[in-house]
Amino acid sequence: MMDNRTTRLDEILMAGGPAFTLRLKSSAGEIYADVPAASAPAASAYLRSAGCRHAAVFAEDRVAEDLHYYIYYVFEHPDDTRYLVLRCGVEPGQASFPSLAAEVPALNWQEREIQDWFGLEALGHPNPRRVALHDNWPDVHPLRKDFPIDTVLPPFEGEQHVYRPTLGEGVFQIPVGPVHAGIIEPGHFSFAVAGEPILYLQLRMFYVHKGIEKRFEHLPVPRAVFLAESVSGDSSFSHGTAFCQAVESIGCVEVPEPARRMRTILLELERIYNHVADIGAIVNDVGFVIANAHASRLREEILRINEELTGSRLLRGVVCPGGVRRSWDRGQAGRVLAALDPFEREFNDLTDMIQASDSTRDRLERTGTLHAEQARDLGIIGVAGRASGQDHDVRRDHPYAAYDAVEIQPPVYQEGDVLRRMQVRIDEVRRSLQFIRLAESGLSSGPHRASMPQLPAGEFAIGSVEGWRGEILYWIRTAANNRIARCKVKDPSVNNWPALVEAVQGNIVPDFPVINKSFSLSYSGTDR
Amino acid sequence: MFKILKKTFDTGLVTTGYPDAPPRLSENFRGAPRFDFDNWRDARPAAEACPTQALSIRDRGAVREVTMDYGLCIFCGECCAADRTGAVLMTREFELAVRDKADLVITAQYDIGADGVQQHLKQIHCGLQPVERDTAALEKHVHQAIHQTLGRSLAIREVDAGSCNGCEVEITALNNPVYDLERLGIHFVASPRHADMLLVTGPVTRNMELALIKTYRACPEPKVVVAVGACGIGGGIFGRNYATLGGADQAVPVDVFIPGCPPRPHALLHGILLALGRMGEKGLPL
Ligand code: SF4
Repeated sequence: MMDNRTTRLDEILMAGGPAFTLRLKSSAGEIYADVPAASAPAASAYLRSAGCRHAAVFAEDRVAEDLHYYIYYVFEHPDDTRYLVLRCGVEPGQASFPSLAAEVPALNWQEREIQDWFGLEALGHPNPRRVALHDNWPDVHPLRKDFPIDTVLPPFEGEQHVYRPTLGEGVFQIPVGPVHAGIIEPGHFSFAVAGEPILYLQLRMFYVHKGIEKRFEHLPVPRAVFLAESVSGDSSFSHGTAFCQAVESIGCVEVPEPARRMRTILLELERIYNHVADIGAIVNDVGFVIANAHASRLREEILRINEELTGSRLLRGVVCPGGVRRSWDRGQAGRVLAALDPFEREFNDLTDMIQASDSTRDRLERTGTLHAEQARDLGIIGVAGRASGQDHDVRRDHPYAAYDAVEIQPPVYQEGDVLRRMQVRIDEVRRSLQFIRLAESGLSSGPHRASMPQLPAGEFAIGSVEGWRGEILYWIRTAANNRIARCKVKDPSVNNWPALVEAVQGNIVPDFPVINKSFSLSYSGTDR
Repeated sequence: MFKILKKTFDTGLVTTGYPDAPPRLSENFRGAPRFDFDNWRDARPAAEACPTQALSIRDRGAVREVTMDYGLCIFCGECCAADRTGAVLMTREFELAVRDKADLVITAQYDIGADGVQQHLKQIHCGLQPVERDTAALEKHVHQAIHQTLGRSLAIREVDAGSCNGCEVEITALNNPVYDLERLGIHFVASPRHADMLLVTGPVTRNMELALIKTYRACPEPKVVVAVGACGIGGGIFGRNYATLGGADQAVPVDVFIPGCPPRPHALLHGILLALGRMGEKGLPL
């Protein structure tokens, strides 16, 4: 296909004047420029006015090597397949950087994470409280290099978090979690309600923070793949692939064609099993239990296909730097393709059943609405973004695996309600089935794994994947001996929690579960 | 409405016969690795490749100790791929749940030569040996009160104490029509106050430690705790670090440990039924 979309960012940088002249490096996937921290707000404003989107912000401790911490701002532009990364040095004595969160609410949590992990202050942040480290943690900054991973922290003193007060006659506060009623991950929700409608929701996450980014720094690259697979278990293959793509980019390794096709097939199988489960769970939350029974049975069919192809129901232990660890033979492929036809028929039965139910539609339509402008301002991506008019899809915007050979055409809706978030999933399952058949039909029996060289130390690159939730981003810097100096993990859930806060306002408390389910975010991916 | 009924009839029965009948597994399913300790010449490449250090070696002078902890194993197959001696084989074993974590460990001691090659097996200590399927004999191990009170009807409260949510994917599957936990008199409940069993996943993060302990206390007696997955047993790939405790038993007493990453639904069923004395331990693959 086209993919000569690699000039637009240069034009924008050129027109931006001297602020961007310090090019750090360029590669096929990324451009890096150094800017002074003080000019980050102006640079960000300029890039946004030129149509760029802030994809992420994160930091790195290079005090031992360069006498600096660095803040990295990752941008993308719809007309360029590369990422643009601005790097700002921060001296340890200064230990602060200007906050952009007031202008770019999408960066709110990510800037506060930098405060918590590195002890660098986000100057002018509208709400500079802790986010990742709970209030009862001592004053530590775990991603600083001088913080040992096995530090044993003293026992924490009870809960100290102060929630925004709930005032007014007849206004009540409903605290929920961290242990929830269903089989879901932990987090705390504090609702302020007036009668049934929700006035506002406050979230508190990071209950399942398990030191993953720090842990990466203690594993050699081949073993670290398994850690990436455990960032969010329902996205094992997507996370593993994003990690491997960053590593391959650093090692200048070309992934063989068959492996790229196999990755595409497995990425789409991951999307399907999760989307089907969510479609079932959404209608289940408005009482359509039988449809959920069929949906959960269909998910089980895909998990069996996963096992048939890879030995693992959750597609673990398959992806590796350079390609995939195991290939599959004609017999396996034939059995899988044969299983996809009845799956598709049954999936159509399921969606017919759901669409024929007026009461279901009635409950989902105009429930949990996130307007397109809100979604844009908050930087909402993935399924939730596309249901609210935000047309982002890494498969098209930064092609990888075998996606350059297909036309992606993401489904985009404007209404932003639960119904549309479900519809996006339905449309995507259908497309995924096509992609799988297409990728499988051209699968040749060539090598499925390129050999990896020893990685050069001190190099860095991005790997990104459109997981079933949305954009998964890895940024890796290598250390000596095939190890990792820094691994930033950004799950799409990090971007999308604020969408839930907006979407529930004015809805009734009993609709919260279905609204939450329609976003279906990963707590583990958020908290790491 | 008629269409929905028709769909139900057309679908027919999809529920697994497990545990009464053997499960339907793919030929390609990767279960626990099996090691030929007697003839193993060099465990170094396999141990080097193991992402969780389930398989590890320690050389002291001319003696090497090889340790295999099935509690930490994620069934990835890297040891088998890295081993050049043919001593490692991936099996389709998954019924690994045990009551004592130490039963999941094998340690073997070898004399090694100057080149680091293992010359002969000096001694081996195996956790749980393969056990004959004999539920009746094993029931006596179970706390009588638990078996009598909970043996035929059980309410489970699931607690995610820091998992990656992979275990939740498989635990949720227990409720689908294929595994249909309710057919065994077992169901998930919303409150620990209604629960007889806590099913705990994750390495227990510092931020979930208190919530887990409170949930445990809220659960009425008699109660059982089941630790799920490599993380629940020993921290898994996350290990024990500034943010994790490294396993459910670091916070609450645990009765049964279910290896896997995540354990497949059959393995979860085996572990839950083991805790009730309705199934026996099967032992390690030897
Ligand atoms: S299968 Fe188990 S023992 Fe072998 S490498 Fe993987 S985790 Fe280690």
